[in-house]
Amino acid sequence: MTQQTITTETDASLPQKPAIIAENVHKWYASNKFHVLRGVSLNVYRGEVVVIMGPSGSGKSTFIRTFNALEEYQQGRIEIDGIELSHDLRNIDAIRKEVGMVFQQFNLFPHLTVLDNVTLAPIWVRRWAKKRAEEVAMQLLEKVGILEQARKYPGQLSGGQQQRVAIARALAMQPKIMLFDEPTSALDPEMVREVLDVMRSLAQSGITMVVVTHEVGFAREVADRIVLMDGGVIVEEATPQEFFQNPKEERTQKFLSQIL
Amino acid sequence: MQTELPPPVAPPISRASSPWEWMRVNLFSTWYNIILTIVCVVIIVVGISNLLRWVFDIAQWNVVVTNLQLFFVGRFPPELYWRVWLSLGVLACLAGIAWGFSRTDARWLSHSTLIALGVIVAAVILLPIPLSSRLWLVTIALVATIGYAAGRQLPPNLSSWLPVMWGVAFLLVWWLIKGGLGLAPTPTTVWSGLLLTLLTATTSIILSFPLGVLLALGRQSPLPVVRGLSTLYIEVIRGLPLIGILFLAQVMLPLFLPPWFRDLDRVLRAIAGLVLFSAAYLAENVRGGLQAVPRGQAEAAKALGLGAPLTVSLIVLPQALKAVIPAIVGQFISLFKDTSLLALFGLLELTGIARSILAQPEFIGRYAEVYLFIGLIYWIFCYGMSQASRNLERKLNVGQR
Ligand SMILES: Nc1ncnc2c1ncn2[C@@H]1O[C@H](COP(=O)(O)OP(=O)(O)O)[C@@H](O)[C@H]1O
Ligand SMILES: [Mg+2]
Repeated sequence: MTQQTITTETDASLPQKPAIIAENVHKWYASNKFHVLRGVSLNVYRGEVVVIMGPSGSGKSTFIRTFNALEEYQQGRIEIDGIELSHDLRNIDAIRKEVGMVFQQFNLFPHLTVLDNVTLAPIWVRRWAKKRAEEVAMQLLEKVGILEQARKYPGQLSGGQQQRVAIARALAMQPKIMLFDEPTSALDPEMVREVLDVMRSLAQSGITMVVVTHEVGFAREVADRIVLMDGGVIVEEATPQEFFQNPKEERTQKFLSQIL
Repeated sequence: MQTELPPPVAPPISRASSPWEWMRVNLFSTWYNIILTIVCVVIIVVGISNLLRWVFDIAQWNVVVTNLQLFFVGRFPPELYWRVWLSLGVLACLAGIAWGFSRTDARWLSHSTLIALGVIVAAVILLPIPLSSRLWLVTIALVATIGYAAGRQLPPNLSSWLPVMWGVAFLLVWWLIKGGLGLAPTPTTVWSGLLLTLLTATTSIILSFPLGVLLALGRQSPLPVVRGLSTLYIEVIRGLPLIGILFLAQVMLPLFLPPWFRDLDRVLRAIAGLVLFSAAYLAENVRGGLQAVPRGQAEAAKALGLGAPLTVSLIVLPQALKAVIPAIVGQFISLFKDTSLLALFGLLELTGIARSILAQPEFIGRYAEVYLFIGLIYWIFCYGMSQASRNLERKLNVGQR
């Protein structure tokens, strides 16, 4: 595991400073003292697409939610885009401006139109003028193929359309890093592709992405690196090729035999 | 292989049944239904005919007719009536604007509007009121109509100004009634009748709402002190009868407050009591709404970089309040009716003035007429509020799940 980190760091094709540095992160859930993250370390480089896989309950969501401080952690160190993630609220605000997140359940705001969903944060957080925010929003909605639905409410859209709006909403803040937590798991099968297509073109745009997903095809094609989590630790880190064809760890082999 | 899709078929038309058919199915289907129907019809017919006989034959409505002014404005000085009328005009104009604004269909007037207008015209013609009052009423109706016409023309992006306009109108009305700042001040002892009921009720509603929301948020606060105090307040108030709180507000409140508030007048003390009481119940209603908002909503807002105040005010509260509009309006309706308790503290609001009218020697014993009349007035306002709440819900539901 450490070896892997070192090799990627010396790889000349990637820029030097990682966009995300997580070092030996530990977390216990306060309610039940459950040790959910047990020393997780991961570097994600600028422009890299890292896919996190692993069985349900292994701590994937918890881990990526520490990146934008939706979850606290008790030990270790996290640095996002050069900003130390600490209890300092100013740092948290700064990080959240740089990190967009897409949730499994979309979490669109049902009382706002699609357009208002997308312009909300730019207007209130980035303090853009409404006109500018709407122009940018319309461009993004066009990119994700929802332009015609801009004046509708989320409840009037299909799941796939809602998730694409959620992606546009996160992108409207012009984040440097995008986090996806099982973005297609709540979708009907025929809508998975439209969302994955958007994510694929996003990956080509060069933004840094961390994606928790079970979509093998997507991981194989788009990921620069695949990380397997199990029981609150990272079990294996590998390129897609190695990960699927030649997994080193027994737990990876077991996991793959279950999903393939 | 090309299989032919079956052609689309229109849904079967539900057969419009004749009234006879309907009665046979719903009222006379079995022998016991026939008996039930007959018994009910007899009870209704007898009840209504007795009521009508009482209303038109036995009741002596002159107690209402001669005291109409007392019921409405009580002891407000007649030379200042114009200020009450003007207040009504301001409110009618704004109501017209808001109404015209909220109507989206092309028809200028709906059936219910026409019926309401008919009732108003009939009232203006039939009510035994002086000519000047008639003129005022006609003017106010005209102003409301103009407001309605104007409201229909306004561009929709002005909708956020309506609450501001209501706020300004509210302050304007208070100024017109209370005086000061260039107008001759009126002592609160002359505020009475429906006028006082409306002043105390609307003021209490407007003040208790933000307080209730703050208490609800406080009860959910991550800060233990804030949470504890909010919970304590809510539970204490909900454990006390309103009459006791009103008593405390009249007698004890001046003792707690700094000296320059000591001679807070009775009306304001009553309002304080109502606000303190109502806020606790509102807080519980709002808390129910807050709990109904999925956790993912606040998380999504935070992930976008919105701080806690923005997350609450832009994302969580709008959804929470929308979910509990009926409960909140129910609380407002209770509050409106609860103002009748102020009669027990010597305030001559609608119920108080009714009691004082009944104490006049020539009207002794006319309870039924007087209480029926004020009951009707209370009902009109409460029904209006519940209709407004339904309209609001319908409007907010457009396009949303
Ligand atoms: N709020 C919480 N309180 C206590 N335990 C939790 C909480 N959220 C998640 N867990 C537990 O932590 C573990 C990891 O959860 P999660 O990060 O959601 O896993 P994954 O996303 O990999 O399925 C699970 O066993 C889950 O039961
Ligand atoms: Mg998960």
